[in-house]
Order: sequence, then structure tokens, then C-alpha cells
Amino acid sequence: MLSCREVSALLSDQLDRRLSLKERIGLRLHLAMCRACGRVEAQLRFLREAMCGLPKQRRDAKRS
Amino acid sequence: MAAPRVVAADLEEHRSYLLKFAALQLRQKEVAEDVVQEVFLSALKGMDGFSGRSSVRTWLTSILLNKIADHHRKAGREVSMDALAEADGEDALDALFRKNGHYVDMPQAWRNPEESLADQRFYDVLEACVGRLSAAAGRAFLLRELMGFSVEEICKELRVSTTNCHVLLHRARLRLRACLEERWFASGRRK
Repeated sequence: MLSCREVSALLSDQLDRRLSLKERIGLRLHLAMCRACGRVEAQLRFLREAMCGLPKQRRDAKRS
Repeated sequence: MAAPRVVAADLEEHRSYLLKFAALQLRQKEVAEDVVQEVFLSALKGMDGFSGRSSVRTWLTSILLNKIADHHRKAGREVSMDALAEADGEDALDALFRKNGHYVDMPQAWRNPEESLADQRFYDVLEACVGRLSAAAGRAFLLRELMGFSVEEICKELRVSTTNCHVLLHRARLRLRACLEERWFASGRRK
């Protein structure tokens, strides 16, 4: 069973590369049992979305 | 001379991204504007140097990174960007995890995070959190999430292995997650 720390690396990596089958299975097993890591997964995706809005946000703020 | 005009308009499209990247890396808005201006002048002059192998934004960002390094040199401040040492060195995540791999502070649920995307104060906190990252982790993260570099392109730019690249991105994301939780989602700053 992977630790939360190991899982956090996979949660980051899956935003940058395709995980191996073994990694995906390990990750899904852990996530099925760990609510905290499920939150982290969603939050890292949210972080990406927030960064996409950063340049646009500032430009709009200046205009208003 | 139709072709250069098309490319010039194309360059303009990337200005807001370059400005944001420069401001976050230089931490001075006026300097960032000057440096980005220099990038555009260089880019227009050296348009023939654009091979088409990378995207326009990647090409402009490479020029920007050189200009930022020039700026630091002129200011007499050698900014250490030893990504290799940083990725290999002391682990910046030790503070977030116990020895057994559990979180020291259990990640909390964030209530309606989407709402924050419409709040200017949230972006201020996000930028402050990015500013607290170490030099190499911060640069790797911004290249990836702001400038849209591939991991391969980041490795080339920072001159580190793929593994080290993933290590830097992992650290940056987890530290940002913790910082946003502490300073925004769990704090009273949010309405």
C-alpha cells in the first residue's frame, strides 16, 4: 500500500505524464480508502485551473 | 511583407503571459514591463531564428529567461538557479509529511473553490504563495502551468533530468496546495 507521500507524487505526475498501469492501480487503491488524498487530487487540478486564469484575471481587473 | 505582420500580431497575444511570468520571477512590475519590451524587440529582430519546432510562446519564454538572467547580472545579483542541486538536495517536503508518509496537517476540504476564481484577492494570495517557492521549483512550476511548457521543454531549459523535473513540480504543487489552504481556504480572508 502506497503512503500519502508517495501518492502525492503520483497525483502531481499524472498532470504531466501518463502513469503506468501499476502506478494507476496503486493510486486508485489508495484513493478508494483515503479521503485526504482524494481532496489533494481535486485541489491540484484546481491549482492548474487557477493558474490558467492568472494573466487574464489581472488584465480584466486593470480594466474595471 | 505580409508574413512579419502576422507574426507580430501573434507575439502580442502572448504579452500578458510574458508579463505575468516576468513579474512573478522579478518581483518588480516596472522592471518586468521593461524586460518584456526587450523580449519583443529581440523577437521581432530575430524572427528568422524562430524554427517553428517550438511553439511561439516557448520561443518567447526562452528569450525572456535570457533577459531575466541579463537583468540579474546587470543588477549585480547572481540568482542561483541550480535546479539540479535543488532537486537532489534537502527535501522541501519533509515539513509536510511524517516519517511514515502521512500528512502532518490532514488536507482539508475546500468549500466551493470555483468561487475563488472570480475573486481578485484569491489571485493575490496565489501569487504570494508562488513567490514563496524556491527558485528552481518556482520556475519549473511557472513554465509548466503558466507558459504551457512540456516537461521535456522544462528539463531542457533548467538542464535537469526528467526525474528531477517531476520532483521540482511535485514540490511546487504540494507547497502551493498547503499555502493556499493556510492563507485562503482555511483562513478568515475569504468571505
